[in-house]
Amino acid sequence: MTDPAPAIELKGISKAFGPVQANKDISIRVMPGTIHGIIGENGAGKSTLMSILYGFYKADAGEVYIAGKRTEIPDSQAAISAGIGMVFQHFKLVQNFTVLENVILGAEDGGLLRPSLAKARGALKKLAEEYELSVDPDALVEDLSVGHQQRVEILKALYRHADILILDEPTGVLTPAEADHLFRILSGLRAQGKTIILITHKLREIMEITDTVSVMRRGEMTATVKTSETSPEQLAELMVGRKVLLRVDKKPARPGAKVLEVENLRLVDENGVERLKGISLDLRAGEVLGIAGVAGNGQSELLEVLGGYANATGTVRVNGRAIALSGKDCTGQSRRADGIGHVPEDRHHEGLILPYTAWENAVFGYHRDPAFQSGPLMNNAAIREDAKGKMARFDVRPPDPNLAARNFSGGNQQKIVLAREIERNPDILLIGQPTRGVDIGAIEFIHQQIIRLRDEGKAILLVSVELDEIFSLSDRIAVMFDGQLMGLRNAADTDQRELGLMMAGITEDPGDDSIAAVEAQLAAKNAREAAHHG
Amino acid sequence: MDFLTLLQVLDSTVRLATPLLLACLAGLFSERAGIFDIGLEGKMLMAAFFSAAVASLTGSVWLGLLAGITGSLVLSGIHGLASITFRGNQLISGVAINFLAAGMTVLIAQDWFSQGGRTPSLMGGGRFNDITLPFADALSDVPILGPVYAQLISGHSILVYVAFACVPLSWWILFRTRFGLRLRAVGEAPEAVDTAGVSVIGLRYAAVAICGLLCGVAGAYLATGLQAGFVKDMTAGRGYIALAALIFAKWRPWYALAACLLFGLLQAVALRYQNIDLGGVIIPVQVMDALPYILTVVILAGFVGKAIPPRAGGEPYVKER
Repeated sequence: MTDPAPAIELKGISKAFGPVQANKDISIRVMPGTIHGIIGENGAGKSTLMSILYGFYKADAGEVYIAGKRTEIPDSQAAISAGIGMVFQHFKLVQNFTVLENVILGAEDGGLLRPSLAKARGALKKLAEEYELSVDPDALVEDLSVGHQQRVEILKALYRHADILILDEPTGVLTPAEADHLFRILSGLRAQGKTIILITHKLREIMEITDTVSVMRRGEMTATVKTSETSPEQLAELMVGRKVLLRVDKKPARPGAKVLEVENLRLVDENGVERLKGISLDLRAGEVLGIAGVAGNGQSELLEVLGGYANATGTVRVNGRAIALSGKDCTGQSRRADGIGHVPEDRHHEGLILPYTAWENAVFGYHRDPAFQSGPLMNNAAIREDAKGKMARFDVRPPDPNLAARNFSGGNQQKIVLAREIERNPDILLIGQPTRGVDIGAIEFIHQQIIRLRDEGKAILLVSVELDEIFSLSDRIAVMFDGQLMGLRNAADTDQRELGLMMAGITEDPGDDSIAAVEAQLAAKNAREAAHHG
Repeated sequence: MDFLTLLQVLDSTVRLATPLLLACLAGLFSERAGIFDIGLEGKMLMAAFFSAAVASLTGSVWLGLLAGITGSLVLSGIHGLASITFRGNQLISGVAINFLAAGMTVLIAQDWFSQGGRTPSLMGGGRFNDITLPFADALSDVPILGPVYAQLISGHSILVYVAFACVPLSWWILFRTRFGLRLRAVGEAPEAVDTAGVSVIGLRYAAVAICGLLCGVAGAYLATGLQAGFVKDMTAGRGYIALAALIFAKWRPWYALAACLLFGLLQAVALRYQNIDLGGVIIPVQVMDALPYILTVVILAGFVGKAIPPRAGGEPYVKER
């Protein structure tokens, strides 16, 4: 018996952007009815490859075969008619259109909308029953949760009769419950014979759902293996090109005195929406307190208040002394004087000035230090020398202090910020999304630095939307939802499921019907937000 | 104010609102597709000149209309080329078109007719004449409704009826047809249109062309319907008022009708009552003339509540990963 033709086969795909070889002689076969993962670090060429497959870019060389047939894909239209559907990382939806209108856009039957809408309504109903893809067809997309918006993207592809579905980093914006639901949808699609390509940098997802996996590194396909015959450790090694410690090696924390006490912190933004609704927490020396939560639930505001660039009411004490939450003593400068270092969430806008050089970036905020002055002028030579040392100790590559910050990779940019904040020896370090957009090799290093700092007796407040990261670093974990702390747990006494529910605003474990309950909660939250905006 | 005066003011409102309405709908199509067009003024002016010039030379107002639309479409093409194909700044392109039209029309007029930058006065077949609707005379004796029909509804040039018919037509195209769905989508999220396999560039050119067509009709109406011939700068800022009306109307056809009628009313009042005597205080004519423009400023300053423009408006579309 011969094997069926592969649903999709790439032969020798190459693509260069100027001097950068984004894809180098890539070949890959995906059998129908399977889920194939493509994993690789940022900039490994995964997205370029998929953009070629979807007709966004033209490959310099190579051939594409769909179901055994040589296929040219010059544009998206060709990809769609070849049965390829794509769910982009950043959704391609018209926000103020209804779900139905988004689904038919570009796939209408005839010049008038009415028959198309009626047909799509029926098709959507059928798809919803078949694949757990229920979405209100008449809702405006802007009123939907991110998880539901993603379902609309999947529905768009299925409505166009896609047999091959490509998903680019689909879980980055989802809560754990939503991600589980997505994986159930994908399993259902696979059972119906659809072929799915899942692009991700999360090893756990690859292990959980894929049948086969390809690893990309620096534009090349380094391996394709059966998922059942590999391990996260092996995949990580293939991605980075050397052995990587996935688990952060850490001893139990030895918490000391309370260094940060927050009581009843409240913040109302310029639109009159209350973003922080009475946050109280404390942080001890020598521990990592992780703040988990879906993005946009007040974590950013908490960091901004503690970092000194947003005004709030309430009490914050550092080493027992109350600090100003508004007025002229509430600045980043005064916070640093109080011994609070801050690695902001948004590296590109708050952490660095991208067009400035690395040595300039390595001193911002501390440039008034007498060591960097020479009379009324700045002592640039001293600053440059200092930056060189920091870059060496934090393994910033390339170690060139004269390079503009934007020319470093995400991981190396983050190392510059970390070096600047950590080397000032703060009592308290605020860290937001330390590894967002950072590759695995650098993640390992950054995590080690955080734990090293903890073991030196510093207090660390970690905000991250990556639950894995929260778990691997934190000693205690708090979950934020809708501007409030849903609860505080010892990291050893909780699990992903409990935190996942708390992230959706549920404190009581509702048992096995949890998904429905979570969705009801999310829908309620969306409705509230819609009311706010309206 | 007696009933007849009221009717006359309203009649004049309809005439004055017509070019605004056409220009406003022109802008609506363009901006709904994500192309901001500050050059409505210039396109109208160009169309006004060419329609009057060709009507004067050939004696046919229909050829004049055709020439006016062509002139406007050429400017639209330039705007499209600059802002869609070459991804230039849409405001600058629009401003350039306005300057170009202001200068070119007078220059060509002087060269062709040597009458100080105007065209000869149009007569007979060179103008759009008023149409008397059936039964207008027969019904004029019916109280209230008769005069309303005879004076207000009947007795306008064909282009007035065209302009008002464009309102439901535009609504239907935008909200009931495939083309309208795609056009609105391309002004909100061109990347969604692109990934759906539909040409962003094609849609935007189509929208800009519709804009040129409607501006052409508006300009032709100014020179061959409302007035009889072209004079320098005869659009007098109507393109900008139409833009204000568009914002006022929140980019919706029926609201656009209401907004343009309001502006038309202000112009009609200013035209009819030169100096208004309010119990001893005399409001000079200049104040009345300035009213539409003052209202424009007030509207643009945001006194009409939140008007959300199409999200991708003003942004050239660049394909990204």
